[in-house]
Amino acid sequence: MLTYIIRRLLAMPFLLLGVASLAFCLSHLTQADPLAALVSERQMNNPEVIAAAKERWGLDKSLPEQFVIYVTNLVSGDLGVSFRTRRPVLTDISERLPATLELVIAAMIVGTSSGILLGIVAARFRDKPIDYLARFFALFGSTIPVFWSGLLLLYILSVQFSLIPGPGRFDPRGQPPPFVTGMYTVDALIAGDFRGFLTALHYLVLPAFVLGWSVTGILARLVRASMLDVLGQDYILAARAKGAGERRTLFRHALPNAMIPTLTIIGYSFAYLITGAVLTESVFAWPGIGSYAVDSARTLDYPAIIGVSLVGASAFLLSNLVTDVTYAFANPRIKLS
Amino acid sequence: MASASALSAHAPARSFRLARPALVVGIGILIFWVVVALTVEFWAPYEPLKIVSRKLQPPSFSHWLGTDALGRDVLIRTFYGAQYSLTIAVIVVAASVTIGSVVGALSGFFGGWPDSILMRLVDITLSFPPVLLAMSIAASLGPGVQNTAIAIVVVWWPVYARLMRGQVLDVLSRDHIEAAVAGGASRTRLLLKHILPLSWTPTIISATMDFGQVVLLAASLSFIGLGAKPPTPEWGSMISEGAAHFYSWWIAFGPGLAILSIGLGCNFIGDTLRDMLDPKDE
Repeated sequence: MLTYIIRRLLAMPFLLLGVASLAFCLSHLTQADPLAALVSERQMNNPEVIAAAKERWGLDKSLPEQFVIYVTNLVSGDLGVSFRTRRPVLTDISERLPATLELVIAAMIVGTSSGILLGIVAARFRDKPIDYLARFFALFGSTIPVFWSGLLLLYILSVQFSLIPGPGRFDPRGQPPPFVTGMYTVDALIAGDFRGFLTALHYLVLPAFVLGWSVTGILARLVRASMLDVLGQDYILAARAKGAGERRTLFRHALPNAMIPTLTIIGYSFAYLITGAVLTESVFAWPGIGSYAVDSARTLDYPAIIGVSLVGASAFLLSNLVTDVTYAFANPRIKLS
Repeated sequence: MASASALSAHAPARSFRLARPALVVGIGILIFWVVVALTVEFWAPYEPLKIVSRKLQPPSFSHWLGTDALGRDVLIRTFYGAQYSLTIAVIVVAASVTIGSVVGALSGFFGGWPDSILMRLVDITLSFPPVLLAMSIAASLGPGVQNTAIAIVVVWWPVYARLMRGQVLDVLSRDHIEAAVAGGASRTRLLLKHILPLSWTPTIISATMDFGQVVLLAASLSFIGLGAKPPTPEWGSMISEGAAHFYSWWIAFGPGLAILSIGLGCNFIGDTLRDMLDPKDE
């Protein structure tokens, strides 16, 4: 097991290097000229300005040279400088990462808890109306475009019913809690600022639900299927025969085994969340790396695009590794090799 | 358990009957959109770019889904949008399935170092979160419907390559392959006659399910501003216009519903197909 984890961890830098090369090649396939993002339109005919800009940003070197420079910098943790914000990409990303983490973690909590609950209820009341209702809700979650549901829910809950504040992360008139983790809800609690916590939570609730709904959808279907599978097995019959109540049968006997296949999906759904975060953040004006990626893509700011892709891919690879290992712990029949 | 085995003897017929309505609804939704896309030009009262009324009018009898920021009819634009979304999705799914299946089948069948290299490439591509990768590609190729399609194909083909390779390897280990080899079948014949016919079912199911995902991904890219450009009646960019005119909720309503309905339809069909082809599975 330990050798397996070490091997996977050792393979990660190589995969990431592959990811970086792929991203680098892609961003240089472009016919679009990054100079357009660097030099104002009026100066585009001025050869001196163009040459200076090329030299300043290393664009005068050949592609292989640019690639070697890029990778060398990458190894030392330098993701380059954003064309758009003129700041190191790493600084930009690390400033915005806590907002995304807060959103993704909240969405994960909403999605997994409601998904598991819905799955159990649907399995318990199989083919009853409540089962159909739960399955329908789940199906909606996994097919609805987040940028559409976000927009409509924001309109209904914020404009029509004033239940939810508008887009954004914190009351623009208020003072966000002092920086500790960068996640406002956590920081407010650390500072003992309960009202600040409620405000932050109030802003967080809707985006987290919209984003988490996709996970609810995937999980509920899976939990239902695996609960039904487990409930049909002999040891459940035995538990019932010895007089275990319905609740005990469901939660003590069936659920733990039904959760094993579910674990993998919880891990992999992280990928859906990263993907969905990009779109959710741009709807809710959430200042995380998702909206950073969108703005960068629009302006062809490729150091930033590659930076975000690398961060996303690392998160993705790590979460897959964690998932595989957890899965093996939960189910001793699995042999990792 | 006796009752369980008695049930499972009837399971195929039962699941087939239960699954039928979902299949019908799913196919119905897709046929609706295909017919709309093919015929909208002949019966739509307006052109998608024609300004028909004052701007930002809420839904009314003459304009069922209201008008957008320029005074164009949202419902008509949504119908025209089907042309873009369906065309992109058909092209993308067909191209990804073709590229992925050919690469996957050859890779699995011949093995060796080309197999290792191709599968590492697949691993790398699949270790990107799909929207981020598609976004980077679409951004570097520049905006436009064609580039969106290329970007999504690059993201999507590895899924089918991995699926097909797995299937081919699975079929290769079966007895009838050994029999065919013993019978003197050539490699080409082995691949085309004995392996492929048994390998493509999962690909078809997954392609059906993916169709809705591709429509969604293409719309997401236009929503971000990387796909179709504004005057085009494309669903994603219509929703982004709706986001810009937040208080006129009806601008985004139709196109979002369209994307959702196609997603649901594909899911209904895919689920049913899976149930029918694999009765063991719930």
